[in-house]
Amino acid sequence: MTSLSPQDQVQEQLEHHEAEHPDHRMFGLATFLVADAMTFAGFFAAYLTFKAVNPLLPGAIYELELPLPTLNTILLLVSSATFHRAGVNLRKGCNERCRAWLLGTAVLGLAFLVSQMVEYFTLPFGLADNLYASTFYALTGFHGLHVTLGALMILIVWWQCRTPSGRVSASNHFPLEAAELYWHFVDGIWVILFVILYLI
Amino acid sequence: MTLTVPQQSPPAPQSLQPTGWLRYLSFSVDHKVIGLQYLVCGFAFYLIGGALAGAIRTELVSPISDFMPRDVYNQVLTLHGTVMIFLWIVPVVNGAFGNYLIPFYVGARDMAFPRLNAVAFWLIPPAGLLLISSYFITGAAQSGWTAYPPLSLTTPASGQIIWILSVLLLGGSSIFGGINFIATILKLRRPGLKLMQLPMYCWAMLGTSILVVLSTPVLAGTLIMLSFDIVAHTGFFNPGLGGNVVVYQHLFWFYSHPAVYIMVLPAFGLVSEILPIHCRKPLFGYTTMVYSIMAIVVLGLVVWAHHMFTSGTPPWMRLFFTIATAFIAVPTGIKFFNWLATLWGGKISLNSAVLFSCGFIVNFVLGGITGVALAQVPFDVHVHDTYFVVAHFHYIVYGGSVFVIFASIYHWYPKVTGRLMNEHLGRFHFLLTFVGFNLCFAPQHWLGLNGMPRRVAEYDPQFQLINQFSSVGALLMAISTLPFLWNVIASALQGEIAGDNPWNALTPEWLTSSPPPVENWKGEAPLVTNPYAYGTPENEIDLNSVSGSDLWRNGQ
Repeated sequence: MTSLSPQDQVQEQLEHHEAEHPDHRMFGLATFLVADAMTFAGFFAAYLTFKAVNPLLPGAIYELELPLPTLNTILLLVSSATFHRAGVNLRKGCNERCRAWLLGTAVLGLAFLVSQMVEYFTLPFGLADNLYASTFYALTGFHGLHVTLGALMILIVWWQCRTPSGRVSASNHFPLEAAELYWHFVDGIWVILFVILYLI
Repeated sequence: MTLTVPQQSPPAPQSLQPTGWLRYLSFSVDHKVIGLQYLVCGFAFYLIGGALAGAIRTELVSPISDFMPRDVYNQVLTLHGTVMIFLWIVPVVNGAFGNYLIPFYVGARDMAFPRLNAVAFWLIPPAGLLLISSYFITGAAQSGWTAYPPLSLTTPASGQIIWILSVLLLGGSSIFGGINFIATILKLRRPGLKLMQLPMYCWAMLGTSILVVLSTPVLAGTLIMLSFDIVAHTGFFNPGLGGNVVVYQHLFWFYSHPAVYIMVLPAFGLVSEILPIHCRKPLFGYTTMVYSIMAIVVLGLVVWAHHMFTSGTPPWMRLFFTIATAFIAVPTGIKFFNWLATLWGGKISLNSAVLFSCGFIVNFVLGGITGVALAQVPFDVHVHDTYFVVAHFHYIVYGGSVFVIFASIYHWYPKVTGRLMNEHLGRFHFLLTFVGFNLCFAPQHWLGLNGMPRRVAEYDPQFQLINQFSSVGALLMAISTLPFLWNVIASALQGEIAGDNPWNALTPEWLTSSPPPVENWKGEAPLVTNPYAYGTPENEIDLNSVSGSDLWRNGQ
């Protein structure tokens, strides 16, 4: 938004207020993400409590391998940056470049999911084997669900900004920004998850 | 894309709500329609939950389980708790009155997200029907509204899974509603209207919605883990598989203690609206009211383990949660003294709305005192899981919240319909409810102190007489619904015409016609900077259209 004097801002607010329903979708999404973060907080709290008070039998303890999750972390962090580039290009009106960055982001997200599946299939424990196995799959699975939804959102935005006059464009960039905020959120959760699940 | 309000788009804004009653069955995005949808839907579930309560009290007339088998009794008490909490009180004190009043209070024409609002409402009827239908399909859940494992893992799985699905849907509805209220109150205020000028109900709803957004998702995650335990045989909460049941209790109460405030904070707000109008005095201590609400929100999030003093909680945890719980009595006490100070010296009209509000104050103080008592570990260990707890929380949620719901219906009925409710029937309704309620629940304190456990269909025969008193009280409560229902229906058809502002109120919802037009105001929304400016000379109050008979003036 361009800078306005305070009086102009109040005036604009008034006109905006009377003319049409004001757009607070970004605020609503941010509030929803707070709620979503609390779901993860519940899972994390359960995991840490289990770890503190429910000792495993020696035979069930398994050290998680680090290379694949580290690769996953890098994939997601890079995808956050590429998504940001897509947003910058859309606001400049460069739809083609925006779409290229979006596609790159989606590919990185899908690569993350594939890599996560590879890890799942190589792990020596299953969902119901023991408490940590269950919590591990619940946490990573719930996060993977978020990544899947985020990747779908990216592809939808990618499809909708295929022409400069499309539904998502330089003049209407809310869908892209909403998907971007969501994507950054999912990446942030992964970083916490990586630290708690793999490093601690 | 702009979010213009697409609904009906009347070219002539002069007309009042133009279409018929069918829009109450439609996906309407009008906040007033949605508010009434919440209210009527919630009341229907109140009748169902009340019938279930009647079944419980009938069973408890005799010490043996003769009215229904034991497992049916378990299903009935589970359904009763779940229906009353998730389908009656939470949707009504938040969804119904919040949707109807908050846009008026902030000077908006609708909620921030009208379609999300409609989605939030329409999640409720399917979830409720799902829950009730489980009784007829495979038998409902039997583990109480708390669904504690391992009980919820060993009782029949199908009923428990349907219960979880239903509660997840209702939780989603609650979160959507909470997001909507936060955005509306913080972002949709009329320019020029400051936060500290809002009516108190806005603050109550802001606090409640913060609790909803922070705590409900934790319950959702917990129930998903519980459903994994049931369906996929994981062992999160199953001690047989190395799991930990106490973790479930922590996560469950992290939501379910704030849920108590989700049920009573809006009621606090509604009472704060009703009392000043009918006492013709400003709300006493506005600023302290605001800070106590926020203090209750913060403290309400850190007291959950006082429900778990007998779950092997370590001493430091008992100490912390006892102290934190005792602290909540301070902001709550501030609010009660403020209401008493509002009443003090006022020109009180003892109509049905005020009677129910005063009934709320009396009942809630009693429930609050037993609450402080229950927070003390030595006492709690003695009465845990007895009827003392049942009596305590019914004094909070029925004597508190439900009394306020009735007070609010009497108070805002003229706003919604343009007609007054019958005062004689209203006072009769109050008398029956107040006597019935206290007769039903006061004796249960004694039962609990003498060791009668809750949630069991059979009991020691020495408790029979007191249980029969309690059941007579429940019968009175059931009867009390009849004059109320008759009053609502008859007054809608031939009640006294109220006029736009029968109470001479200053809060913004009364500064438009009754019933209000589709977008709330024909012109610009009024800027109400002091909604409680009573006591100033009448000729200085700018009321455009004062008409109709009002009780406070009759009482002069």
